[in-house]
Amino acid sequence: MIEIDAITKVYDGTPAVDAVSLTVETGTITAIVGTSGSGKTTLLRMINRLVEPSSGEVRINGEPTTGLPKVTLRRRIGYAIQGHGLFPHHSVARNIGAVPRLLGWPRDEIRARVDELLELFSMPPDAFRDRYPGELSGGQQQRVGVARALASRPDMILMDEPFGALDPIIRTRAQEDLKRIQQALGSTILIVTHDMEEAIQLGDKVAVMDAGKLVQYAAPAEIIAKPATEFVAEMVGGVDRPLKMLSLVPVSEIVEEGAVDGPAIGAETSLRDALSTCLWSGRDALRVEREGRVVGHVTLAAIRARAEAHR
Amino acid sequence: MPARRLTAVSPPGALFAALGALALLAPFMTVAANRIVAGEGVGIWTIAAPGAVAGGLATVALALLLGLLPRRPWLRLAGAALGLAGVVWLLGQGTQTLLEGAGDYARVSPAPGFWYLLVILGLLMADALSALSPGPLVRAGLLALALLAGAMVLQSDALAQLSIFREYDGRRAAFATAFWRHLGLAFGSLAVAAAIGFPLGIACHRNTRLRAALLPVLSFLQTIPSLAMFGIMIPLLGWVGDSVPGAAAFGIAGIGFAPAFLALVLYSLLPVVANTVAGLDSTPPAARDAARGMGMTSRQRLWQVELPLGLPVILAGLRIVLVQNIGLAVIAALIGGGGFGTFVFQGLNQTATDLILLGALPTVALALIAAIVMDILVDLTSPTPESHP
Repeated sequence: MIEIDAITKVYDGTPAVDAVSLTVETGTITAIVGTSGSGKTTLLRMINRLVEPSSGEVRINGEPTTGLPKVTLRRRIGYAIQGHGLFPHHSVARNIGAVPRLLGWPRDEIRARVDELLELFSMPPDAFRDRYPGELSGGQQQRVGVARALASRPDMILMDEPFGALDPIIRTRAQEDLKRIQQALGSTILIVTHDMEEAIQLGDKVAVMDAGKLVQYAAPAEIIAKPATEFVAEMVGGVDRPLKMLSLVPVSEIVEEGAVDGPAIGAETSLRDALSTCLWSGRDALRVEREGRVVGHVTLAAIRARAEAHR
Repeated sequence: MPARRLTAVSPPGALFAALGALALLAPFMTVAANRIVAGEGVGIWTIAAPGAVAGGLATVALALLLGLLPRRPWLRLAGAALGLAGVVWLLGQGTQTLLEGAGDYARVSPAPGFWYLLVILGLLMADALSALSPGPLVRAGLLALALLAGAMVLQSDALAQLSIFREYDGRRAAFATAFWRHLGLAFGSLAVAAAIGFPLGIACHRNTRLRAALLPVLSFLQTIPSLAMFGIMIPLLGWVGDSVPGAAAFGIAGIGFAPAFLALVLYSLLPVVANTVAGLDSTPPAARDAARGMGMTSRQRLWQVELPLGLPVILAGLRIVLVQNIGLAVIAALIGGGGFGTFVFQGLNQTATDLILLGALPTVALALIAAIVMDILVDLTSPTPESHP
């Protein structure tokens, strides 16, 4: 558990981050979202003390971060940034193994961990281990950057716009990968983004920052349904709020008994995609399958009812 | 690929061929009655027996013709090497023929025609090499071959009677002393400048205020004309030698090795410090941030990230210093610093051109070799050789 307690950073008399408090549960993703200059990056960098807070403190599992030397603290926290920040003169394996090496892990253990992570990110170790960052695509570089942050199995991982430099298609894949890997490993992740869509997709909780203040900290559904301020409402966007809402709910939540004909969708598909399939195929109901077995069906009316539930 | 492109000639090759043909019109060698008087030019056609001249000229012609081939850099390179061998061989032939019956004090030396051909063939070679863009190891191999060939020519008797080698004969011991002194001045000042400049550069990289204060001072030092700099050293070190006890025992005096050495060190500081700072600054900001964020200490960041990434730029600074100091060390002879400059200034005083060349040519060769070796080192230390196109 990470407790951020009334943390403040003042630059030249103006607070960049103003008395922000929030608690992040272990094993969850928290997305910090805001416009540029909202203080979200400064907030993130105060956690591993790349920026020293003017006041307030951060506790990780109850221990204040000031109790450790900075370098020791940072080695226990994964860090991934926009533009990956890979060392261009080190191979992929050396880049991923950077923190374990700083921690003095034995060579064999580092090697095994590097291969394990490459597998996890669908990059065959034999093909990628000895390549250099300059030889990888943007998406691959970014995956190596995230793998490096995970390498030493840190207590928590800080990510600053890690997908900011990727094109939309690769970006969506990278988000799905991160979600999958986070669930598999049970990591605690704090991710900074300017993109509310990304925050809603990834975050178990979303923290909205505006002008240095935390204006709302809630589950994505609540952020969409009950934006706390004008600013949050604007960030969420007006017209497609119901669609955003539906994108958070899997079909399995409103599946009904009995099979119907026509095309099938998976039980984990979001209601937004189910709605889209309904409209595109001109059907009122879709068969729902899980691993090839029929589990029931979902109706257009049920999707609509779900979307209106928050009105 | 259109056929027109294949039959076209290489434009620089055409220029070299035209210039090479013109160079044949200039006198190839000079014959003088002794080492002081001005000599008389001899055309390439008459320096030796017609058969020998024809043979030598054939290689030059072949070299220039091969130089016209646009798509065969290796052939162009080989042609230029063959042409250079032919020109040197002609020089040897000419020396023997022209000295026959010319008297004991007679001197023969290369004339503009020879130098033109040497430069043209050298350019041809450089053009072919840049088209080949060989890797650092291939370049090292080619340099070794060239040095070996040069050493073989110098070892053989072919050119022994040439004027410049006659000057050398009388000064073997002095030449060896000058050689080591020159290397001592150039490399010693480089080593001291590096020993002072690296820590200063690292300090400037970390402390922007120090950087703002120090770099203008160093760049001011760089703007002092070299003659003035050597001149300033005379009263400065003269005073130190006279007034600081024991300083004179270390050889510190107004003239000699010490002031020359010090002046060269001062000249070297700016390139070393500025390139160290630029090299360390060249780390991508994201990589630096990541290194900090993952918990590297500032020493680890320096040694594992910033220095390896900046090394090519830092070495490029050392390359500038080395080539610059090999040249500047010539002027050091004016204040008794020794080195090849000794011959240059003696030659100027005696109006003995060959003696000037005895000082100048080794300096040029040394600077050229140093530049090539340093370029090879810069390439070898590039962090990711694979990412080069």
